[in-house]
Amino acid sequence: MAIEDDVLVIGGGLAGVTAALAAADEGTQVRLVTYKQSTLRHASGLIDVLGYTPDGEGPIVDPFDELEELPEGHPYERVGVDAVRDALEFFDDVVGDAYAGGHTDDNALVPTHGGTVKPTARYPSATAAGVASAPEDTLLVGFETLPDFEAPLAAAHLEAAGAPFEARGVTITFPGIKRDDAKVTRYAHLLDWDESVDGTTGARDALAAAVSDHLEDESRVGFPAVLGDDHPEEVRADLEDALGVEVFEVPMGPPSLPGMRLEDVLYSALEEKGVRVTSGVPVVDYETNGDPGRIDQVIVDRNGADVPHHADQYILATGGLVGKGVSSEREGVFEPLFDCYVPHAADRYDWFVDDVFGDQPYARFGVVPDTELRPLDEDDEPEFSNLRAVGGVLGGYDYAAEKSGGGVSLSTGYVAGKRAAKQVGE
Amino acid sequence: MTRDTEVLVLGGGSTGCGIARDLAMRGVDVTLVERGNLTGGTTGRMHGLLHSGGRYAVSDQASATECIEENKILRDIAGHCVEMTGGLFVQRPEDSDEYFQEKLEGCRECGIPAEVLSARESREVEPYLATDIKRSIKVPDGAIDPFRLCVANAIDAQNHGARIETHAKVIDLLRDGDDIYGVKVKHDSGPGKRTHNTAGSTEEITAEYVVNATGAWAGQIGAMADLDVEVRPSKGVMTIMNVRQVDTVVNRCRPKGDADIIVPHETTAILGTTDEEVEDPDDYPEEQWEVDHMIDTLKELVPILEEARTIRSFWGVRPLYEPPGTGTTDPTDITRDFFLLDHDDRDGVDGMASIVGGKFTTYRAMAEDITDHVCEKLGVDARCVTAEEPLPGSEDMSILNEGMDNFGLRSPVARRSKQRLGSRAQDVLDTNECNPVICQCEGVTRAEIRDAIDQSGSDLNAVRIRTRASMGNCQGGFCCHNMANELSHEYDEETVRAALDELFQERWKGERHALWGEQLSQAMLNYALHATTMNRDNDPANGSKAVDFGAFDGGRVKARTDGGE
Repeated sequence: MAIEDDVLVIGGGLAGVTAALAAADEGTQVRLVTYKQSTLRHASGLIDVLGYTPDGEGPIVDPFDELEELPEGHPYERVGVDAVRDALEFFDDVVGDAYAGGHTDDNALVPTHGGTVKPTARYPSATAAGVASAPEDTLLVGFETLPDFEAPLAAAHLEAAGAPFEARGVTITFPGIKRDDAKVTRYAHLLDWDESVDGTTGARDALAAAVSDHLEDESRVGFPAVLGDDHPEEVRADLEDALGVEVFEVPMGPPSLPGMRLEDVLYSALEEKGVRVTSGVPVVDYETNGDPGRIDQVIVDRNGADVPHHADQYILATGGLVGKGVSSEREGVFEPLFDCYVPHAADRYDWFVDDVFGDQPYARFGVVPDTELRPLDEDDEPEFSNLRAVGGVLGGYDYAAEKSGGGVSLSTGYVAGKRAAKQVGE
Repeated sequence: MTRDTEVLVLGGGSTGCGIARDLAMRGVDVTLVERGNLTGGTTGRMHGLLHSGGRYAVSDQASATECIEENKILRDIAGHCVEMTGGLFVQRPEDSDEYFQEKLEGCRECGIPAEVLSARESREVEPYLATDIKRSIKVPDGAIDPFRLCVANAIDAQNHGARIETHAKVIDLLRDGDDIYGVKVKHDSGPGKRTHNTAGSTEEITAEYVVNATGAWAGQIGAMADLDVEVRPSKGVMTIMNVRQVDTVVNRCRPKGDADIIVPHETTAILGTTDEEVEDPDDYPEEQWEVDHMIDTLKELVPILEEARTIRSFWGVRPLYEPPGTGTTDPTDITRDFFLLDHDDRDGVDGMASIVGGKFTTYRAMAEDITDHVCEKLGVDARCVTAEEPLPGSEDMSILNEGMDNFGLRSPVARRSKQRLGSRAQDVLDTNECNPVICQCEGVTRAEIRDAIDQSGSDLNAVRIRTRASMGNCQGGFCCHNMANELSHEYDEETVRAALDELFQERWKGERHALWGEQLSQAMLNYALHATTMNRDNDPANGSKAVDFGAFDGGRVKARTDGGE
């Protein structure tokens, strides 16, 4: 017998979780099915809304000034500006103190491990003290065993970017790290559990002691984002007390602790709101019943067994090219689950341009939604009456260039969740 | 008149570096200039095949014989650049029995060990061969790293007193009447090691004798002194797979044709190739059909190639030459032999020779012939020792043996590092500094990256060819930035940024040709990491317009962990 729910969300990234939470908020029974680890652990943990226009203008101070101007078909245009605002409020409620930036519409400029700054709308509270738009002199601290962040270089890069403060970087040995190729989680766990590094001193004190020798009159100290996985607030508070200055994290590349922490917060919220989560299983097929324009059930492959999952409404949140919600072969680009229409040039040599950071057509690959977020077929008709698409699987925008990935996931997830819930039983 | 150097070699490919090494070892004062990085022309754009000679055993037995001789020499003098994989000439049912027999006999006539394997035996060697193949001939083909080999020649030349100038483009030949006496070069930065954003200078370098070893570019150099060098550049595509679908060189056993070879190379396999004459070796179309042709034809030998992931494609330009009047129309019919054009004999212009044609496997023998010629011109009487003296890195290969020091590295990283560095491993890896892995795909550590930086300056592509960092599956998405970080100990931020941008763009150049399936996903991930997270596409440091930081969100007042506002 099929597993029965009101709303079934396929995909467990930021967009899918938001959709599930928004639908559950309306009192419907929601299930979220995920296959692989979400791409959140690749992401910096920053929630961008809009940093640059599609024409490359920016950095944008207030994204809400520009959202109205986006071209027809852009996911933000599909959901409307108010929905973006509502979705951000919804996110702020879900994550609570874990995130900052909700006190203003304006973007912050946040230093990342590449050294320069990027505009973003919400940032982990661990990063809040480090925003580059605050004119506070800064000491950046890197670790010789962590080649991903070169603090003196990052400091010089911040100055080259015009940051309004003095930045200085030092590279130190991280107390208690024995292997030169230790994973970032190893650093985090040393600090989480304040493990002794020499028989007596805990990792937090030892790290603070190693830094304090280098601290001059800077009012804040930035570390690569390894300051705890389970107890980041405690770790940071202890370091701040020991150093007497503010401490912040610089977001890093994968595997990203801020991304993993966000994932933890979101999955706790799913549990609280009673969303049923089935993870580690792929959706492999779908079935209709009589009406070819309506999904009756989807088939989940559970260790080789086909398990039908039935719901009234479905939300496709399988991600873009990275998350494999959009696939390709030499001959074409497609949405692999429901075979929704994905516009693309017939010649694959028209999928890219020669400048690596140019206006890349492949970055815009994805399904085309109507204003209800239902994927449209080639003739602009909804593929299915009860399927909505959210986040990275949507096409028509380049989240990397615009710095809009987080905001699109939140706003489309939020709108699709609400609308799906409302439509249940109609 | 005193000259700056006795011999000036133009071109830092395998031929030029081989000549520079040979001359230097014979005690001749030599300077080599190369417009880009070493291997930047054709040497760095080949499939990495160490020929057994089997390929030429029917069509060109002189070349075949020379190949097997040089094959053996390179195993001795450049063991750390060679992997003796063995090779198969595979016959499909539609391929001619007569040709198969000719190939077998040709190999034997040329002294190439050759053994016929049945279809079953062939598939025991290479399980992914198509089930309908007929049989194969086993020969001692191998894989060779052209980058490491070429760089090792240059290092050894330097060790014997040579001056090697990369990023030094020849802008004129110095000619006085019927005598060529040097060149004028434009240094990208320097002279000396390349440093981005450092002003270059022009320099006149005078020499007793000039050797034009610029291969496909030899015609352009000749034209600077009104000399006709009728080189016929011919392009060929090579497509790189993400894993080694084969561990043996797999050749198609038929007379000639495109897309007939798969070479296992380090962590990858390389499919090749095409053969099409082009006008300009710097500007020719790189076309989709060529890539498709590799996959669609070679899958007849190895069917899993159809669904496999390619990580990039690149094109090389052969420096083919045939004497005027030969009139060959199909470039595949042009000889692979090399020609030494003595411009004194040929054009009545003294002081220069041009080298054209030839092939990578026999670079050393070519260099020996040319060096003999130059020595004769200069009246130098010294014996060639390049066939006996090992190259730097291959002096003592016992380092590769089991049970040797792993230098504190995890075993896969240690093994691969030692294979690349050979006998230099101890010097490079035995460090008291911490030594994290910089490139995960290829297992390259900080110590190896810094050793390469010491050799080559701020040019990360030069670091790449020495170490393989950024040449694995992620094509640098995860490590380009870390490689650039390692430059910061010697170079300023602006230089590091320029070097990173250049490497990232170079990686993209080849990746564009592999943009479907898994590699398109990888490309999007790389783009996202560099644009979304690092904002490298819109870095205010590169912008002309200053950013008004004060207009942006300055964070909560005192955003302390107690949450106080």
